[in-house]
Amino acid sequence: MQAQTLSGGFADPAIQSTHAFRSVMEAMARPGTIQNINGAEPPSPLSAAAGSVLLTLCDTETPIYLAGAADCEAVRTWLAFHTGAPLTGPAHCMFAIGSWSALAPLSAYPIGTPEYPDRSATLIVECPELSPSGATLTGPGIKDSAALSLPELRAFQSNRALFPLGLDFVFTCENGLAALPRSTEVS
Amino acid sequence: MTDYNFAYLDEQTKRMIRRAILKGLAIPGYQVPFASREMPMPYGWGTGGVQVSAAVLTPEDRFKVIDQGADDTTNAVSIRTFFERTAGVKTTTKTTDASVIQTRHRIPEEPLTEGQILVYQVPIPEPLRFLEPRESETRKMHSLEEYGLMHVKLYEDISRHGHIATSYAYPVKVEGHYVMDPSPIPKFDNPKLGDMAAIQLFGAGREQRIYALPPYTEVVSLDFDDHPFEASKADHPCGLCGAEDSYLDEVIVDDAGGRMFVCSDTDYCEARQAAGHRGKDAA
Repeated sequence: MQAQTLSGGFADPAIQSTHAFRSVMEAMARPGTIQNINGAEPPSPLSAAAGSVLLTLCDTETPIYLAGAADCEAVRTWLAFHTGAPLTGPAHCMFAIGSWSALAPLSAYPIGTPEYPDRSATLIVECPELSPSGATLTGPGIKDSAALSLPELRAFQSNRALFPLGLDFVFTCENGLAALPRSTEVS
Repeated sequence: MTDYNFAYLDEQTKRMIRRAILKGLAIPGYQVPFASREMPMPYGWGTGGVQVSAAVLTPEDRFKVIDQGADDTTNAVSIRTFFERTAGVKTTTKTTDASVIQTRHRIPEEPLTEGQILVYQVPIPEPLRFLEPRESETRKMHSLEEYGLMHVKLYEDISRHGHIATSYAYPVKVEGHYVMDPSPIPKFDNPKLGDMAAIQLFGAGREQRIYALPPYTEVVSLDFDDHPFEASKADHPCGLCGAEDSYLDEVIVDDAGGRMFVCSDTDYCEARQAAGHRGKDAA
């Protein structure tokens, strides 16, 4: 139990987090592309990709909301040891993690303010699979159009309608990662 | 090298900058506040760009720094050496070989590609700052897309000079929403901002702002129907390589009014000369 809490972090934090960040940045800058990310071995039910994103971006300054099955003792103690991030509810989180159904409803999360739209949550959505097919994406970062397997359409369309406010999404599955910023049109 | 964390900054600072970069990419053209650190160089020497570069560099990257297009000026040389020493990254002067390019006031002539990242050093990130000094007001103006004042400024240019006299830091509109300062690049470079294959990141250290343009973003230079935007340059070919399509610096060569025009992008000019192109002033 305790061994699991202490292990699974980055062995070489500066180097591994910079590689992991480049994957996240490429994904956010090019919605629909699926990037490889690794380094972390978080406790179940977190995927390696989700664990790596959390280690790369979260620390004592970033309240995290653990949704559904992700809110278990193993994950809480692992995050506490490796990031020190405070845990909170959806209304005050900067990052949220869980399955799509556990994260709902999206109206619970901060979407930023008109003067500071960056003060909005980033949702890390654990997906059973991630593939470049399904919904059609257009917008900044996409040359013509891209395709990505999304859990649904309506939620992302109404999120886009809030622009420049809104939520940003990172989809994780095993060692794969994709992202959907609020600027992307989904159909 | 072991005296510093990789790329100089501590990990908590890098996480903070990385979060700002991601929000910047999600809201193209919007200025994300960040807790800029003191760097071992004065403000105005690219502290914002250096912090952004430090947050994105990996040990495998090949790093290039240009200062107004040149690889061999003080600012470019010192920042290149800084990252050679603190990150151990390989550096280059060739645009095509670089994966991360930090720039002061130019976009390379060679079109950038998908694997590349362009990091701009920005002195004043707020395009409305000289029109409205209060941050609380400019924030509100951006949120309401209230950009009439900027058009008045461009109109005043026309009424005084007969044309839009703004020649650098020419304001652009990003994805139909935010008006953005492209940093003091010549307006010659403005058309390259939009639809670029590379990721563009902007860092303002003293003003503590980061903003970004994802690849293939719509970027439009502000203008009027009867005074359309025009990307201008000195009406000469390069004196060294003869290029007709590159941005030129005017160089005074004696005290009798002698002058020559040369490419501001030294790598572009050298590559052309190596390929056998010669201008009229070439030795």
